[in-house]
Amino acid sequence: MYFLKRILTLLPLTLLITLLAFVLVRVSPGGPFDKERAPASPEIEKQLRAKYHLDESWPRQYLRFLGGAVRGDLGPSLKYRNHNVTDILLQGLPVSALLGTLAFGFAMGLGIPWGVFMAVRRGEGGDHTAGFLALLAVCVPGFVIGPLLVMVLAIKLDWFPVALWASPWHAVLPTMALGLFYAGKISRLLRESMSGVLHLEFVTAARARGVGNPALLMKHALRVAILPVVSYSGPMLADLLTGSFVIENLFQIPGIGVFLVNSLQNRDYPMTAGLVMVFAVLLLTLNLLVDLLYVKLDRRVKLE
Amino acid sequence: MKDDHKPMRWLRFILHTSALILLAACSGSGPRADLVILNGAEPESLDPGIVTGQPDIRASGALFEGLTRYDAKTGEPIPGLAERWDISENRKTYTFHLRSNAVWSTGEPITARDFVYSWLRVLAPELAAEYSGQLFFIKNAEEFNTGKLTNAALVGVHALDDRTLRVELHSPIPFFLSLCAFSTLAVVPQSHIEKHGDRWLSVQPIPCSGAYELVEWRLNDRIRVRKNPRYWDAANTRNSVVDLLPVSSPNTALNLFLKGEADIVWDKTLVPVELLDALRQRPDFHSFDYIGTYFIRFNLTKEPFKDVRVRQALALAVDKRRLVERITRGGERVAESFTPPGTAGYAPPAGLGYDPARARRLLAEAGYPGGKGFRRFDYLMNSAAGGGAKIDEKIGVELQAMWKQELGLDVELRTQEWKVYLASQRQLDYDTCRSSWIGDYNDANTFLDMFMSNNGNNRTGWKSERYDELVRRANQQPDPRERERIFQSAEMLLLREETVVAPIYFYAGFFAFDTNRIEGIWPNIIDQHPINAIGRKK
Repeated sequence: MYFLKRILTLLPLTLLITLLAFVLVRVSPGGPFDKERAPASPEIEKQLRAKYHLDESWPRQYLRFLGGAVRGDLGPSLKYRNHNVTDILLQGLPVSALLGTLAFGFAMGLGIPWGVFMAVRRGEGGDHTAGFLALLAVCVPGFVIGPLLVMVLAIKLDWFPVALWASPWHAVLPTMALGLFYAGKISRLLRESMSGVLHLEFVTAARARGVGNPALLMKHALRVAILPVVSYSGPMLADLLTGSFVIENLFQIPGIGVFLVNSLQNRDYPMTAGLVMVFAVLLLTLNLLVDLLYVKLDRRVKLE
Repeated sequence: MKDDHKPMRWLRFILHTSALILLAACSGSGPRADLVILNGAEPESLDPGIVTGQPDIRASGALFEGLTRYDAKTGEPIPGLAERWDISENRKTYTFHLRSNAVWSTGEPITARDFVYSWLRVLAPELAAEYSGQLFFIKNAEEFNTGKLTNAALVGVHALDDRTLRVELHSPIPFFLSLCAFSTLAVVPQSHIEKHGDRWLSVQPIPCSGAYELVEWRLNDRIRVRKNPRYWDAANTRNSVVDLLPVSSPNTALNLFLKGEADIVWDKTLVPVELLDALRQRPDFHSFDYIGTYFIRFNLTKEPFKDVRVRQALALAVDKRRLVERITRGGERVAESFTPPGTAGYAPPAGLGYDPARARRLLAEAGYPGGKGFRRFDYLMNSAAGGGAKIDEKIGVELQAMWKQELGLDVELRTQEWKVYLASQRQLDYDTCRSSWIGDYNDANTFLDMFMSNNGNNRTGWKSERYDELVRRANQQPDPRERERIFQSAEMLLLREETVVAPIYFYAGFFAFDTNRIEGIWPNIIDQHPINAIGRKK
C-alpha cells in the first residue's frame, strides 16, 4: 500500500519539478538566440522562434513538451540544432552512468573500510590521521583534486592518460577524482554510526556469548551501522549517475553533466527541461529503492 | 573459513569493477587518427548553412566546399568547386564554371543547380540561418530572406546549365570571391537534406562536397572525418583520418598537447593565460595577427554619454599599451583604429590615441571638471565561461582605475552571465560595455557595416544617416581607391568625430603544433587553415 502510494506521488512530483525547470529557465533574462552576432535581420529571430514554437504561450509549450516526453521525444536542442535532446541523452547518459557507477564503487570500496577503521580505532592516532584525511576528501573540491591527480599520476608518473575517454585506463583518474569526496563522506558517516553501534547491547551480548572474532563482530555491527550510509547512497548514486560538470569538463568526458550546466547557460530550453526531467525521475526512483532496501536491512523499519 | 568471506566480497567487487571498466573501453573506438586537432568548443552544427562559430566553421569546412576555397598560406580565395569564373565589367555579374570532376562523396555530380538550392536554402525563411546576411549582396536576396519577396526565381543566382552558375550582385563588392569560400555559401546535398530534415547530418552516408566525409560525430567526444576519395583535389589531401576534439578547458588542452595526445591546438581560448609568458617562449607555440578587435561600446541613448566630449574623454584616458603589455600578453597589438591594419585594400585611419590631458579638458568642457557632477556609471562585461582566463575582468579593473585616476570618475563593474550580457547589450541596458568583433571576411565592410543604423550588431543606439550613406556609397563604388577613401571617412566619423566605440587592441591568433612533426599550417589574417593541407613531416 505504502509502496503504491510512493509510486503514485512520483508522477506529480516529476511534473512539478519539470514545470519549475521549464518556467525558471524561461524567466531568466537572455534567450537561446542571443548571440554575439545578431542574425542578419530581426525577421530571422522571429523565424527561429516560430520554428521552435517559442512564439506559443507557455502552457501550450509545456503541454507540447509533455506530449513529446510521453512519446520519448524531448524535442530539438536549440543549441545543437542537428540533434534532439533524446539523442544527446542516449549518447551522454551511459557514459556518465558508467563513470558514476565506477565512482560509486570506488567510494563504497574505500569509504566503508575507512569508516570502520576509524570507528575501531576511535580516539587513537590512526583515527585522527584517517579522520583528517576524510575531512580533506570532503572539503577539497573536485576542481582541485582532479588537477592534482592529473599532475602527479598522469604527468609526473605517466601512469594514466591526462584526459579523454577511450580505454579502461582513461577511467581511473576521473573515477578517483569523482569518488574521493563521497568516500570521505561515507567514512565519516560510518565512523559515527559504527562507534554508536559498537556500544549497543547486541554487540555486548554477542561478545558475552563468546563471539570473539573481530571480523564476525564487525559483520554484525556493520549490518546496523551501515544504515545511514544506505540512506545516503540513494541521492549519492543519483548524483553520480547524472554526471559531474567539473570532472567531465576537466577530463573531457562525453557525459551528460556538462550538458546540464551548459544548457542553462545557453538557454537551451528543451535540453534543460529534458535533463531535469530525467534527473528527477532518477533521483526519485533511487530514493524509493533506498527506502525499500532499508526495510530489508533493518527489521525495525516498517513500510507504512 | 568464515574469515574468507570478506576478502572474497572485495575480490568480487574488484572483478565487477574491472569488468565495468572494460565495458567503458568499448565505447572508445578505433586507432589514433593521423591528425588530432583540439578544435575549441563543441560545434553547434556542422551544417554549413547554419554554422556561425569558428570551431563549427572549421569542422564544417572540411566536409563542404563552395565555389572558392581558402589558400592555406594566405587565406585568399582560390578556385574550389568552380575551376574559373568571369566577372562583368561593372563587377556585378559573376559567371562560375564548375569543375567536370566535382562530385559528391557518394558519387553523383555536383551541379550548378545544387548551388542554387544551397544558397536559396540559406535564404529561405524556414531555415532561419543566422548568417544569411552573407548572401545579402546578391540581388533580391535580402528581400527574399525577410519575406518581402516570395518568388525565388527573382533572387540573383541561376544555373545556366549543369556546370555554369550566374550570380548577380546589387553592389560591386570586391570581396565576393572571398565570401564564396565562406561556409554559408558552401554546397549541400539537396535530396539527402529533403529526405532527412534537421537530422540529415546523423544519417549515413552523407554526401559531402569537401575534402573529407564524416565518420562520426559524438557530442562532446569527437568529430572524426575521413579523406573523401572522390574530392576533386583528393590527390593533395595530406592525411586520411582526422579527429577534431571539442575541448573547453585550457589546462586539459595543454596537457593533451604536451603529452602528444593532440597534434594541434588552434583555438585561442584553449591557451591558459596564466602560462602565456612561458608558453610564448616555446618553439611549438605560434602567435599571429588576424582581423579581430577588442573594444568598448558607449551607450549613446543615455546621459551623460549623449555628449560626444564625454565619450572622447573616456576613450582618450585609456592607456591601451598598458592593457596589452600587462594583461593580454599574447602578442596583441594596440588598436589605433577599429578596422585592423592588414585588412585587404584598406589602410585604417588613426583614432583618438592616448592623451589624458586632452581627456580632462574635454570632460571639463562637457561640464564635469575633475569628474565633478558625473554620475556613477557601469562598465558591463560577461563572466568568464568555464573558469577560463578572466582577461575581461582584469581589463575592467584596469579601466576602472584609469578612468578614476585620470578623470575622477566612479565606475561600477557589472559582470553578467553570457546570455544576460548579450541581452543587456541588445536592449541598451548599459553605460559602457566590453565588446569584440572578429571579421567574417577580409574586407573593411565586415567591421564598418555593423554600425549602420539598423544593423543588429550596432548595439550602441547610434543612428547616423551620414554614416549609413558613406558605407552604402563605399559598397557601390567600383574603384578600390575611392572605396577605401569613403570607408576611411566613415571610420573617422565612427572613431574621432562621434566616438561611438573605443578600440583597445587587435586580437592575436595563437596555435600550438610542433614544426618538426607537422607542416602545412600557416598563420593568416582570416585565421583559416584548411585541414587537407596539414600533414605529418615524413
